[in-house]
Amino acid sequence: MRRLISVLLENEPGSLSRVVGLFSQRGYNIDSLSVAPTEDETLSRLTLTTRGNDHKIEQITKQLNKLIDVVKVIDLSEDTHIERELMLLKVRASGAARAEIKRCVDIFRGQIVDVGPVTYVVQISGESAKLDAFIEALGDATILEVVRTGVCGLMRGEKSLKI
Amino acid sequence: MELLSGGDILIRALSDAKVKHLWGYPGGAALHIYDAIFRQDKLNHILMRHEQAAVHAADAYARATGEVGAALVTSGPGATNAITGIATAYMDSIPLVVISAQVPQEKIGEDAFQEIDMMGICRPTVKHSYMVKRPEDIAETIAKAFYIASTGRPGPVVVDVPKDVTDPNNKVAYKFPEKVKLRSYQPTTRGHSGQIKRAVNLLMSAKRPVIYSGGGVVLGNASEQLIALARQLNYPVTNTLMGLGAFPGTDRQFIGMLGMHGTFEANTAMHHADVILAVGARFDDRVTNATDRFCPSAKIIHIDVDPSSIAKTVRVDIPIVGPCDVVLADMLEQIESAQLPTDGPAIGEWWQQIDEWRERHGIYTASRYTPSTGDNIKPQDVIKTLHKVTKGDAFVASDVGQHQMFAAQYYLFDKPRRWINSGGLGTMGFGLPAAMGAQMAHPDATVVCVTGEGSIQMCIQELAACTQHQLPVKIIILNNQALGMVKQWQDMQYGSRYSHVLYEDSLPDFVKLAEAYGHVGMKVDHYDELESRMEECFALKDRVVIMDISVDHHEHVYPMHVAPGSMRDMWLSKTERT
Repeated sequence: MRRLISVLLENEPGSLSRVVGLFSQRGYNIDSLSVAPTEDETLSRLTLTTRGNDHKIEQITKQLNKLIDVVKVIDLSEDTHIERELMLLKVRASGAARAEIKRCVDIFRGQIVDVGPVTYVVQISGESAKLDAFIEALGDATILEVVRTGVCGLMRGEKSLKI
Repeated sequence: MELLSGGDILIRALSDAKVKHLWGYPGGAALHIYDAIFRQDKLNHILMRHEQAAVHAADAYARATGEVGAALVTSGPGATNAITGIATAYMDSIPLVVISAQVPQEKIGEDAFQEIDMMGICRPTVKHSYMVKRPEDIAETIAKAFYIASTGRPGPVVVDVPKDVTDPNNKVAYKFPEKVKLRSYQPTTRGHSGQIKRAVNLLMSAKRPVIYSGGGVVLGNASEQLIALARQLNYPVTNTLMGLGAFPGTDRQFIGMLGMHGTFEANTAMHHADVILAVGARFDDRVTNATDRFCPSAKIIHIDVDPSSIAKTVRVDIPIVGPCDVVLADMLEQIESAQLPTDGPAIGEWWQQIDEWRERHGIYTASRYTPSTGDNIKPQDVIKTLHKVTKGDAFVASDVGQHQMFAAQYYLFDKPRRWINSGGLGTMGFGLPAAMGAQMAHPDATVVCVTGEGSIQMCIQELAACTQHQLPVKIIILNNQALGMVKQWQDMQYGSRYSHVLYEDSLPDFVKLAEAYGHVGMKVDHYDELESRMEECFALKDRVVIMDISVDHHEHVYPMHVAPGSMRDMWLSKTERT
């Protein structure tokens, strides 16, 4: 089962490698990972998606908590939450495809952020499934490049991950 | 305020962290630090012959005392050599601080001479690690390193120190912090009272209980509390390999070690138990056999200071996160204050059953091997003789293999911290430097290294360091002319095809070897002289003695779990199984 885990981490050199190393060392999967400093620059917030049964996720959160640089860990998927991923996609856009792609971008509420003679760069954000669906919807169009940020997320309501 | 160079600060900070002995080996990047050592006399540096051994010795010093061990190595090969030692300490949760020198910061990343990414290479083998970037940060980093190494679930901490940080020309103010606080690290100091209450209730209702205690009881100095609780309850106690000595080995309530080479009575009692109280033990694969068949009717209470140890391999009914000593004391207090009774008649029957198992197949009561005769010395008899000659009161450091298991089974440890072995990583070569660490900690005690002719050759260079530092350890080689444990598996599972476990007459003459280093060598190949020669060996109080004892080439360690199987599935001898 897919899980979204959020980690508050000391913003120290090497702290990210401890988290990433833990996953490979203990045979856990990371499907996506995003990390950046928070409003408090001594802390980084890291969000990762992983897969596993309850037992495995319990071990992952315990092992993460055990890392000295980890301040707090939550499993966002345990509760109602918002998650977003950003994708930039370069697609060949010439001839009839040019209008078709534009329509598709509008339907998915994306934006064309760069227009070339034969290419578009599309920006689209949302849940990962929406991004997947957009790629699917492009059908026969020639995708030149895709870059995705990985998922980030927050809990709904008043609950928050803070010190 | 006093101004000091980084090198001086480092050594001063180690002293302020109460380090008495620093095990190490110098090198280019560590030169400033070694100069600082030369110019002081508070800290005793012990020059070893290999960095792996330096870390093992520091590790064993920690095991034998409960203090934090400390080692110092240079960059590059010094650091990589230290890794085996650090990993050994990590797997057994030993409090240790290892200082590794590093090339100057401006050279980092350039593949400089003797440069290695120590922070990267040690990462999976440490509890935590630091690289110090300014001399101003050294004292605080050292204080944090010792705090982290010694609290919660202990473990090794590496401090990587680039050479420019210890520059003698750059002097800064020195102050050792009195207290360390880390917002991201707060080890649990008490167990949850509700959980303890539930645990006590379950414990009192048990009809077939077993107390299964591990290395955490030794590390957490909880032996006294364990003994008090076990006495109060009159429940049987089994120890893991790492937990030996936490409960007296010669006590009636002790049913032996459990696990792969555990006793018949301990493993069988575990299998039939209805309540298991696991304390500071981690249900590892050398204990449980197949986890899906592990103790089918047991409700499990698990006390551990590390939450990630709980329910890692085996489902647990009542987890309690907290230090073993505090939690056990709380449990005992509840039982005593409410005068809670155990189920007397059921416990009586349970003991009857356990005594019957013990009588039938116990390794101490029934002889599980053909006794020694003439020139056929049994390794088990060597350990029994060792126990007799040392009056069961020695510090026994062991290497890894059959001799380790025989020592664990037959040297009945009555006190914690007497049995010093690499349980988790299983590091051959640990024994001799470990014995040196224990001897340094207890100069007047009898310290033995029980080893094999294979293991001893992995760190044998330290015989020289024994001479230099007057560490009169006694080395008992159970010489069966083969890598015995591998050979045993080849006998049992590979049709006795002895792939690369024999030395083809290449073994050194250990007597001459001992003499070459200025020590005493003895060769024993007859059982009738074993005890008298051993008496002679231990009478040489201030000498290192190597006893090269010829033992049966074909002996196997039994009992042995049949895998995959349950706790009670064991080979009891080459031909007999449960």
